[in-house]
Amino acid sequence: MSPNKLLPLLVLLAVAPAWASEPAPARQKELVHLVRQDCGSCHGMTLQGGLGPSLLPADLRDKPAEGLAATIYYGRPGTPMPPWKQFMSEAEAQWIVDKLMSEFPQ
Amino acid sequence: MKLILSLFLAALLGACATPQPLRGTGDLGLVIERATGHVTLVNTSSRQPYARIAGLGDLSHASAVYSRDGRYAFIFGRDGGLTKIDLLEGKIVKRVIQAGNAIGGSISQDGRIVVAQNYTPGGIKAFDAETLELLAEVPAEYAPGQFSKVVGLADSPGNKFVYALFDGGEIWVTDFSNPRQPTTQRYPAGKQPYDGLVTPDGRYFLAGLFGEDGVAMLDLWQPEKGARKILENYGRGEEKLPVFKMPHLRGWSVAQGKAYLPAIGRHEVLVVDVATWKEVGRIPVRGQPVFVMARPDGRQVWVNFAFPDNGKMDVIDTLAGKVVHAFEPGKGILHMEFTPRGENIWLSARDDHKVLIYDTARFTKQGEIAADSPSGIFFTARAARIGF
Ligand code: HEC
Repeated sequence: MSPNKLLPLLVLLAVAPAWASEPAPARQKELVHLVRQDCGSCHGMTLQGGLGPSLLPADLRDKPAEGLAATIYYGRPGTPMPPWKQFMSEAEAQWIVDKLMSEFPQ
Repeated sequence: MKLILSLFLAALLGACATPQPLRGTGDLGLVIERATGHVTLVNTSSRQPYARIAGLGDLSHASAVYSRDGRYAFIFGRDGGLTKIDLLEGKIVKRVIQAGNAIGGSISQDGRIVVAQNYTPGGIKAFDAETLELLAEVPAEYAPGQFSKVVGLADSPGNKFVYALFDGGEIWVTDFSNPRQPTTQRYPAGKQPYDGLVTPDGRYFLAGLFGEDGVAMLDLWQPEKGARKILENYGRGEEKLPVFKMPHLRGWSVAQGKAYLPAIGRHEVLVVDVATWKEVGRIPVRGQPVFVMARPDGRQVWVNFAFPDNGKMDVIDTLAGKVVHAFEPGKGILHMEFTPRGENIWLSARDDHKVLIYDTARFTKQGEIAADSPSGIFFTARAARIGF
């Protein structure tokens, strides 16, 4: 790769960390759909809880975000909460937690 | 697409204002549209919708039961709403918010009591089917100050209701002979019952266990003998696959003396001899089964699956004992319902926003109906069945 072709890539890498955990818009839509529909079968489509607990901001506020992301990624053995690692990256699990803790998109 | 759908639905809304001619309800039913709090009323003879009703709240995981005349549907919404609908007039008769978080309900043998099962606050509540007035409440307090989520509620003869406690690990039988003063018997069942069913004759209550292998079974003709465990050895020592959606037991049937049940954590349907309650076979299928439903004549068993296999359907021929038809009818197949005598099956394809109608003998598509994120499909034939 010639240096002038490399330059834009370097620029890209330099700014990347700021939004590295932000999935692309199309992927965000997929994740929102997954959470509302498929997580919704246990947590409720409005995320108010069902067989699994409520995932609304008020109920998650006092819980560490990394722990919640790990719960999504690895599941919780001994409970019905399954691991989702075959369907998303850890960064995406983290993004879901960020959204859950603020306001989850429709 | 969205626009066409809403135009179509608007046309439907207009249609329900015209008076219906005198008719019975035996070929009617409803489709839950879970995202938008609507139900669409359908006719299984014409295979067409005939009315649409709005304002039912959060309908994710909603289910319905019917009055014994098949005219009224009682719909239990996730947000605790209980709505009574008149299928002939195509309108809401009454709606109450009865709990914070509900999961389903049932109707008594005599048709007078509607019972809702709730997650929060955990327990059941009984309502007068006529007026939806609250009659009694049974909190699922299995230890002092500890309330359980209630699952698997089913009606059984004698105005009794049977259900399981997910957190409490028990089966409870509540007798509503005196509707305002119910009495409850408790039976230890096993770890984390996730759903339950009552056999078509009303004799046995089965609760699937999540926290251990096996199924808890209570003989309602001799409940004093307590719940015993069946299918204890299934899957022993094998590692379970993750379960991305809990299987549903209600809606199962017995075919030719055998019961077909979803295995949990395995891509299999379990076949159980109902005389001995021993496992007599397992049929491999293409995912974690959610609904395993027999056609009314028992010749076929249709299976849908949990995420990520929820676009697939497998059809088991009970004579051959294996899958004879496998297909991908649409995206997000959440539920299915047979017409009363089984010539057609209706499937809800949530992500395609359609209900698909198939011929069960030839597996050909007979038609489809537009619906906004359809989930449960419930036909009035349920009115006459024990445990539905
Ligand atoms: C099969 C049912 C089921 C599905 C599907 C499911 N969950 Fe859960 N989830 C649970 C249960 C049950 C718990 C509680 C576990 C416990 O008892 O600690 C839980 C816990 C959690 C927690 C921790 C909450 C807390 O307060 O500690 C998070 C976060 C969570 N789930 C997110 C998700 C997401 C995101 C999805 C979809 C990608 C999902 N869940 C799908 C059943 C489910």
